[in-house]
This record gives sequence, structure tokens and C-alpha cells, in this order.
Amino acid sequence: MSRTVRFALNGVATALDVADRTTLADALRDGARLTGTHLGCEHGVCGACTVIVDGLAVRACLMLAVQADGADVVTVEGLAPRDGGLGALQQAFHEHHALQCGFCTPGILTTMHALLTEEPEADEARIRDVLSGNLCRCTGYLPIIAAVMAARGAYRREGVE
Amino acid sequence: MKLPPVAYRCPESLDEAIALLAADDEAQILSGGQSLMPMLAFRLAAPSVLVDLRRVPGLDRIAIDAEGTHVGSRVTWRALERSHALAAAQPLLAAALPHIAHYQIRNRGTVGGSLAHADPAAELPAVALTLDATIEVAGPAGPRRIGAQDFFLGAMTTALEPGEIVTALHLPPAPATRRHGFEEFARRRGDFALAGIALSLDVTLPLDVTMARDRAAPRIEGARIAAFGIADVPLRLDAVEAALEGAVADASAVAAAEAACVASVTPDGDPSADAAYRRALLATLLGRALACALENPPAERAA
Repeated sequence: MSRTVRFALNGVATALDVADRTTLADALRDGARLTGTHLGCEHGVCGACTVIVDGLAVRACLMLAVQADGADVVTVEGLAPRDGGLGALQQAFHEHHALQCGFCTPGILTTMHALLTEEPEADEARIRDVLSGNLCRCTGYLPIIAAVMAARGAYRREGVE
Repeated sequence: MKLPPVAYRCPESLDEAIALLAADDEAQILSGGQSLMPMLAFRLAAPSVLVDLRRVPGLDRIAIDAEGTHVGSRVTWRALERSHALAAAQPLLAAALPHIAHYQIRNRGTVGGSLAHADPAAELPAVALTLDATIEVAGPAGPRRIGAQDFFLGAMTTALEPGEIVTALHLPPAPATRRHGFEEFARRRGDFALAGIALSLDVTLPLDVTMARDRAAPRIEGARIAAFGIADVPLRLDAVEAALEGAVADASAVAAAEAACVASVTPDGDPSADAAYRRALLATLLGRALACALENPPAERAA
């Protein structure tokens, strides 16, 4: 069966026609054509598809699109300022070389954005613990941790959205 | 893999959810989806319809009263992690939470989902067994309560009858002086445990203070110990509990517990860890959990 699901997508009211079995990840990529959300394992292990639903970082492959009805969904595309350029966390990733191939990066950015929005004082141990939900095969994680640590100041000052 | 074709329903009440399950033998409950969705993706499950509990009222509450702690089946790990009252009332459950999957999974995964899924390596079933918890379910024949020791029947097999839904987990109250320990080992943070231990016990001083000094040492009473990840259900370690009853609460008790564990436990082996390794690992984890319980008197808790 297919139905229309309505939700806020990066702040924009969005309606998508989806089959019941369609995951949120597939709806975002194939329906909304926002391909920043990457699909790695499709069974909840790799974290590449992480998006922010009602303020919480969640696996978009482990949620049906129909379950997002009425929700506020933010993808990696929503982390950049509307007038272009990079958000504070993205800028820190750029400066600290916190990505190489970039496949896992959207999921790490959304996860860490949700974390720092809620916990701008997160220490390195907390960041490492949360980062354990995202697999990266290029960086060895250290530059990612450095970038997230460096971005915390922006979240403390501004409550970056 | 993409999910198999499946329909989706989102009932507004528990009665409606029960009716939807009763109307279709192949219907399945969808709670947080953090175990069921991977099973669909692997096509290990192919239900006809998913009955989502997200709009069923009353299942997302945490209540603490004189009867104990009552956790609705739709309560997420995240909600438990954020509850200071829960950490004070149920420190063993609180100690288990950081070991449950990853941050993103804990944001959606639920108590009821973990109980109904009954993965042999999951933390909550072992905690429920240790704490003598009761699982409340509702179905076409009405609500009923099932003790944790009778609920987990096998790997991913529970005492739930067809058409029944887990609605709550009830944990009995514990005195503020109760000790607890939780340990598990997984190859990577957030992975399923190769073995794990959840235990609770009391440390008591003999009432007769005129006793000889050596006989007046604090002793272990009422140890309850559950192991997980070593069999198709969480197991109480009866022999270890017996070895600890009345034992002096010091390092000798830890050694005795480890010895009783090695002598009495025969874990299942699998390609990731054979039985001998799992037995040694379990004894080590037991020793750590017990030492933690004995060394760390519970902080004063608000009543």
C-alpha cells in the first residue's frame, strides 16, 4: 500500500508518496532527492544514514518513512546555512581533515550535530562513546574527534540550529 | 536489502492494536523497530502487516512508587538514561543502559521491544531476571503478568501467546543499601555481548556484635546473578549464588564465585567464541561485577 507522508524536511513542509515498506532513508534519497543521506549497510550497523528526527539522531534505515509523519526531520543538507557555505561542525571537519572518502561523513555530522546541540559540553569520552555508532574506514577517527571537540565552542555560543 | 512488502497500521489505542493482531496471524508489533527492522532487511521476518504502537497512549510512562518501578513498553533507552529517578531506584538497570547498542539505536529502541525480541545476548532480559521483574502483557484474553523467569523460553522465543503485546515491565523496589554489578564484553562497543553478568546482593553485618571479630565480618546475602550471551536464554547462576550465600564479603568471595562459575557453567560455543573461552570470559566478568558490588557501597539515595 502507498500513502502520503507529510513532515518538515530541513525546515520545509514536505509531502512524499511512499509505499508502506519504504524506509525513511529511501524516501529521503529517492523521494525527496536529498542524496546526502548515505546508505551503507541498510541494517543499522554503519550509521551512514543517520538523520535527526524531532531532535534525536536516528538510523534512517531502521525507520519507516510513514513513521516520520508529522515529524521534524533534519538531514546533512540541513546543517549548512541557507545562504551557502558550511555550518560550524562542517567547517571544523574541513579544517581538521576529518574525512577522506566522505561516505560516512553525513551520518557522523548529523550524529555529532544532534549531540552537541543537546550536550555542548560533551567531553572527549562522551564524543568517543557516541561516535562508536558510526563506522569510518578511512580516518582512524582521531581527526573526527578533534573536529568535533573544536566545534563545541560554536554550539555553546549560539545554540547552532 | 530492501524490506519485503508489508502493510503498516498505526492504531490509536491498545484495544485497536490487539484487534489488528487478532485479525491477522501474520501481523507483527512494531515498537522502536531497532531489532525488527534489521530482521526485515535480512528478510528473516516477513510479516503481512506492521502494527506500530507509537500512538497507543500510556505506554511511554516511567512510574516509581512503593510497589516498585513501572516502565511502559514504549519507553526508550534514551528516556531511561535521562531519568534521574530511575537511576536512583534501579541502579542495576541504569548500569546496563550504556552497554545497550549505540546512541542512535538507544534513541529509538524500547524496553518492550527488547523483551519481546528476547535476543540471548541482550542486556534487559538478564537484568529483568536478576531483579525478579514481572512483564505485563495484554491480549485478546485480557492483561496478565508473567515473571521474568517464566518469560524467556528460548532464543527469540517468549511466553507471549499469539496476539499478545508487552505493555510494561515491573521491577520490585530494592532497599537503598542493595549492591549491584553489571559487566559485559563485546568485540566492539555497542556490539552484542559475547558474555555478560548482571548481579545484585546485600552485604549485612551480623546482628550479634559480641561475636568474635572474625565472625563479625560483613557477609553476602541473597545474591542473584544472571549470565547472558552464553545460552539461548539468560541463565541464573544457581551454583555461584549458593557459593556466595553467607560468604565473607571480601576478595575470597570473588575467588570462590569465579571457581564456582568455572565448575558449573557450560556455555554454548559459536564461531566467534568457543565454549572454553566463553566460560573463562564469564568467570572474569563475574569477578569484576562482584568486586564492583562489594567495593562500592550504594550512594545515599533520596527516598
